[in-house]
Amino acid sequence: MESIKNKVAIVGMGCVRFGENFDKSIDDMLIDAAYEAYEDAGIDPKDIQAAWFGNLWAGHTGQILATPLKLSYIPVTHTENACATGSEALRGACYAVAAGACDIALAIGVEKLKDTGFMGLPQTRPNATWSYRLSSMTAPAGFALMATRYFAKNNLSIEEGKKLLAQIAVKNHANGALCPKAQFQKEITMEMALKAPMISSPLSLFDCCPVSDGAAAAIVVRADWAKKFRPDPIYVKALQISQGPREGFMSQAYDYAHVEETRRAGAAAYAEAGIKDPATEISCAEVHDCFTITELTIMEDLQFSKEGKAPEDIAAGRYALKGDLPVNTDGGLKCFGHPIGATGLRMMYEVYKQLQGKAEKRQIVNPRIGLTHNQGGEPGAAVVSVAIVGNEL
Amino acid sequence: MAGIVSFGVHIPVYRLTRAAIGQSWESRGPQGERAVANYDEDSLTMAVAAARNCLKRAVGSKVGAVYFATTTAPYLEKQSAALIAAVLSLAEDTQTLDFTNSLRCGTGALGAAINAVNSGAVDTVLVCAADMRVFAPKSAQEMTSGDGAVAFLIGKADLIAEIEWFDSYSDEIQDVWRIEGEKFLRTAEERFVQDLGYARVVRNAASKSLKKHAAAPDTFAKFCSNFTDPKSIGRLSAKLGFNPETQLQAELNQSIGDTGAAMSLMNLAQALENVTPSQSILVASYGNGCDVISIRATDKLASLLAIRKVADQVAQKIMVSSYNKYLIWRGLIEVAQTPRPPLVERQPTPPAQWREIKGELVLNGTKCKECGTAQYPPQRVCMSCKVKDKMDRYNFSQVPAKVTTFSHDYIMETLDSPVTTTVVDFEGGGRMICDMTDRDIKEVVVGMDLEMTFRKLYTVGGIHNYWWKCTPVRK
Repeated sequence: MESIKNKVAIVGMGCVRFGENFDKSIDDMLIDAAYEAYEDAGIDPKDIQAAWFGNLWAGHTGQILATPLKLSYIPVTHTENACATGSEALRGACYAVAAGACDIALAIGVEKLKDTGFMGLPQTRPNATWSYRLSSMTAPAGFALMATRYFAKNNLSIEEGKKLLAQIAVKNHANGALCPKAQFQKEITMEMALKAPMISSPLSLFDCCPVSDGAAAAIVVRADWAKKFRPDPIYVKALQISQGPREGFMSQAYDYAHVEETRRAGAAAYAEAGIKDPATEISCAEVHDCFTITELTIMEDLQFSKEGKAPEDIAAGRYALKGDLPVNTDGGLKCFGHPIGATGLRMMYEVYKQLQGKAEKRQIVNPRIGLTHNQGGEPGAAVVSVAIVGNEL
Repeated sequence: MAGIVSFGVHIPVYRLTRAAIGQSWESRGPQGERAVANYDEDSLTMAVAAARNCLKRAVGSKVGAVYFATTTAPYLEKQSAALIAAVLSLAEDTQTLDFTNSLRCGTGALGAAINAVNSGAVDTVLVCAADMRVFAPKSAQEMTSGDGAVAFLIGKADLIAEIEWFDSYSDEIQDVWRIEGEKFLRTAEERFVQDLGYARVVRNAASKSLKKHAAAPDTFAKFCSNFTDPKSIGRLSAKLGFNPETQLQAELNQSIGDTGAAMSLMNLAQALENVTPSQSILVASYGNGCDVISIRATDKLASLLAIRKVADQVAQKIMVSSYNKYLIWRGLIEVAQTPRPPLVERQPTPPAQWREIKGELVLNGTKCKECGTAQYPPQRVCMSCKVKDKMDRYNFSQVPAKVTTFSHDYIMETLDSPVTTTVVDFEGGGRMICDMTDRDIKEVVVGMDLEMTFRKLYTVGGIHNYWWKCTPVRK
């Protein structure tokens, strides 16, 4: 089996400001993200030979993308992988370029959630395997189930557990406050986090990411062409994805204190990229902190912390902007926002800027290898993408 | 001769004091409490609960027919009994019938069951009666009514009580009525209803029946009827020659309220828990006439399993936090809604409902013939050993279970916030995620013992979406 390592490069990226973009249509956000990426790569829109389009709720086919960008009858693939959709668009573009099916591809993701007229995510339609006889579980509840279990497994009281989670929210808000494109650009205190209203026990308001509008885009080219576009391209080292068969919803073997798909996708990505010790080799990571508990368990599932040791590492500031392994330097989903189809590409946008040394106030020192972790679904029934990129061949 | 093989009741766990209702209207409510069906219960789910309690006491009994009696059926057209039979996984040659339109339909169904068994048409009939009548806010009946269900298994063998006679008298009177499109019951003037309706008809029917069978009131240990007013029922039983202090079985009037079509039979159920073998009970069930039934307990009554007894269910209760909450549960006031995804997106479709009758609807999962792994929902490819189509059906509805993890969710739209999302692990394998109902949120902990209960998730597009929830184990 071949690897994607060093076969493709990202030479341009764009990302709009995430948030409640009541003044922007889905077309506006697609155009702004795409044209920022074109300009960043120094290419003409006509140079795009194929596009991968990530979106959940805007409708069908690639027409949603082709129409505002006036793409000229080129192949457009509409991808969907729940909250991991953005990474799936990037994965499709990279594989096509690596296969030689095209040399320059666009990967773009968008979501417009604030036109629905209600709070939260739209309902997912009943389907064959999981009927309308669903438990009325919300997204926060699905992850709260993991928090309760993680606390129990690690002998943390509810108060200790909530304090631990609040530290993650405080850290991500501190990072987001430095990021001009983040939805929230405001620091919060431990007290604010701990006193916030309960959403799904034990998760309260600051444990949950917002519902957002946004778009992000990447230009993917053959690695051997990369330097023709820019002096500092970012090379893809690994693209892995793990889709669970909902086993955690049905089997008592699942402990509800980790996400199996994250462990599997992480291990596969490390093997593909040739990373032996992720805790020391990864310079920075953007991970799927849809809820603070998710970021906590990801630290262990991606082997950044040893099992059961994430609480200590978090308390010690290991994942803060100035820590040994900065995580969610742009504020993460918690602060940057979470427009479902765009999030995976937004994560890559931040890693790309960090590896190029262009992250401004958030810039970390001499990064070499960056990681994105993008999760769809819920603990017990998830799909997880892990991508690893580097600034050297 | 047909008799009673088993019985079970279901009393909703929620109660509202009549004083609390009275206070809301700046008046004094009478003594006592009323049972309030949870927001996810209706006459059908309560009947299923009573039927399951009844059948737990009659292990191995086959059910030849299901008769369901109510004045508050979930559908005006679409049989409830067939759905009850489906949920209980009864055979397809089970006869199913709905009885309705009068408070007497519960005992009417019982009479029909006796005839069906005596005729030899069927060996056993499961008679279920349930009601949750909604009265106009501020009415006297709102305070004195209650919600509940009862089930009797009628058969010929292994009887805990024999039916000595069943007499029926018809009577036309405009005392209590409701026409299509009207939400609340209408009643005639109170004294007319009491004196010319209930008192006249029951007295006439009971005395004629006693005379016909040459039976004296003092030969009965208990007298049961279905009228709510404790004074009038006391006066009437005295006039018939019963001692209201010792013979009248009417405790539920105070603790539960008038459960409509289920009332006479719920009183009979409690009487059966209070009598000893060979004692007799007389039931006079009113509603556009009167059914008079004489029942005598056999020696087998003593060996009936003491599970989910009426007295236990009366004692185990959670108070509804306010009268407002009751009004919201019954849809009697409209309240501000947080803008959330429209429920119509989760409307069940008839083909999907039909496909799942023998699976999800009855809480059937599968158990792998190769590796023995129990799994829900039903699977064709085993999640454990991956073999295809080597599955046995496996029913989870009676399997003991525990809370593995849970969350109280405050953002899901519901009439009883928070939604307690629960991961349920079954003894012997199998896991499902569902809502926990009838729970006090302060008592929910990891490891808590659970059982499954059939409930209504919501109603959308004119379709009631019935499924299962978990609930704390109760005695």
